[in-house]
Amino acid sequence: MNQLTDNNIIKNTGKNDTIKNGLTVNAKMDFTEEQIQRYSRHILLQDVGVEGQEKILNGKVLIIGAGGLGAPIAFYLAAAGVGTIGIIDGDVVDLSNLQRQIIHFTADVNKPKVISAKEKINQLNPDVKVITYQKLLNAENALEIISDYDFIVDGTDNFPVKFLINDACVIAGKPFSHGGILRFEGQTLTYVPGTACYRCLFHSPPPPNAVPTCSQAGVLGAIAGMLGTIQATEVLKYLTGVGDLLTNRLLTFNAKTMDFRTIKVKPNETCPVCGNHPTVTGLVDYEQAVCDIKSHKVSVG
Amino acid sequence: MSSLKVNGKEQELVDELSLSGLIKLNKVAQPEMVSIQLNGNFVIRENYDSTLLKEGDEIDFLYFMGGGSQ
Repeated sequence: MNQLTDNNIIKNTGKNDTIKNGLTVNAKMDFTEEQIQRYSRHILLQDVGVEGQEKILNGKVLIIGAGGLGAPIAFYLAAAGVGTIGIIDGDVVDLSNLQRQIIHFTADVNKPKVISAKEKINQLNPDVKVITYQKLLNAENALEIISDYDFIVDGTDNFPVKFLINDACVIAGKPFSHGGILRFEGQTLTYVPGTACYRCLFHSPPPPNAVPTCSQAGVLGAIAGMLGTIQATEVLKYLTGVGDLLTNRLLTFNAKTMDFRTIKVKPNETCPVCGNHPTVTGLVDYEQAVCDIKSHKVSVG
Repeated sequence: MSSLKVNGKEQELVDELSLSGLIKLNKVAQPEMVSIQLNGNFVIRENYDSTLLKEGDEIDFLYFMGGGSQ
């Protein structure tokens, strides 16, 4: 018998471990006592249970961007015990990030964001394997990087890479969560193969500087938490199979009024990447103005 | 009163209103880049002028929302 504390006595009774508060765990899932305690609030959920928690522990999720959205996403996925979390970001922490990028602290200014993020993730949950990519995602590396993961989360801050993520995931058949915030608003969509992708809604990127960025227009910091946490929830739903994903639905909210609205969408036959006659068959770095698109390149993979 | 639904809210339909006209009438943000869904189908930008609205039409305006770009 393993006795931890008076309140958490775990008995090994062969196939079943029992925690004193009545939670029964089927030991063939091979959980440690610490995991049972750490994840007990998940295991208690009828919809999750040990089977669901095992799926989370085996999950591999890539977070693109370790900023406003990436921060809450990383925290909640680490807390949930996602087994492998990849984080890609080429930036270092800036003082102006601290208003919303809550995985970075004052002492982290000038530190690479992926390093700062990895440190906090492992302090929260040492069992999470964190793979860092201190670089920018681009047309050359995207397909190779995403190939190792079950689910991709867009936590990025610019449209060229949002379209790149969409195209890469559609081409590779990877599910992903799209997210964007500005001022007091946020929106998100989940893609799984066969459902509406980002380009079904937005055909191509806006011209550079046509849409203000947060550094130009501002953003209420907590908005990043609101949206990022929704994205993290979608990841956990995907991994466990619980509930209905935000597929074929664009969830938008305005925090000023706290209006949340879901717009039903469907795959667009004219979509350039997933439609009936795709024109985007390879990845493109939309770094310049629309009229200067480099020739389409097909990445390795 | 003839009415449309715009972003989930009822709005009066005026005669001969095109999607372009609705964009102007509603002072839609990002008018050159807004995506429009009409009765569940996306309308290509080139057709905004020629698409006339009728009673009961449901229109959703979708906007780009990007992020920090620090």
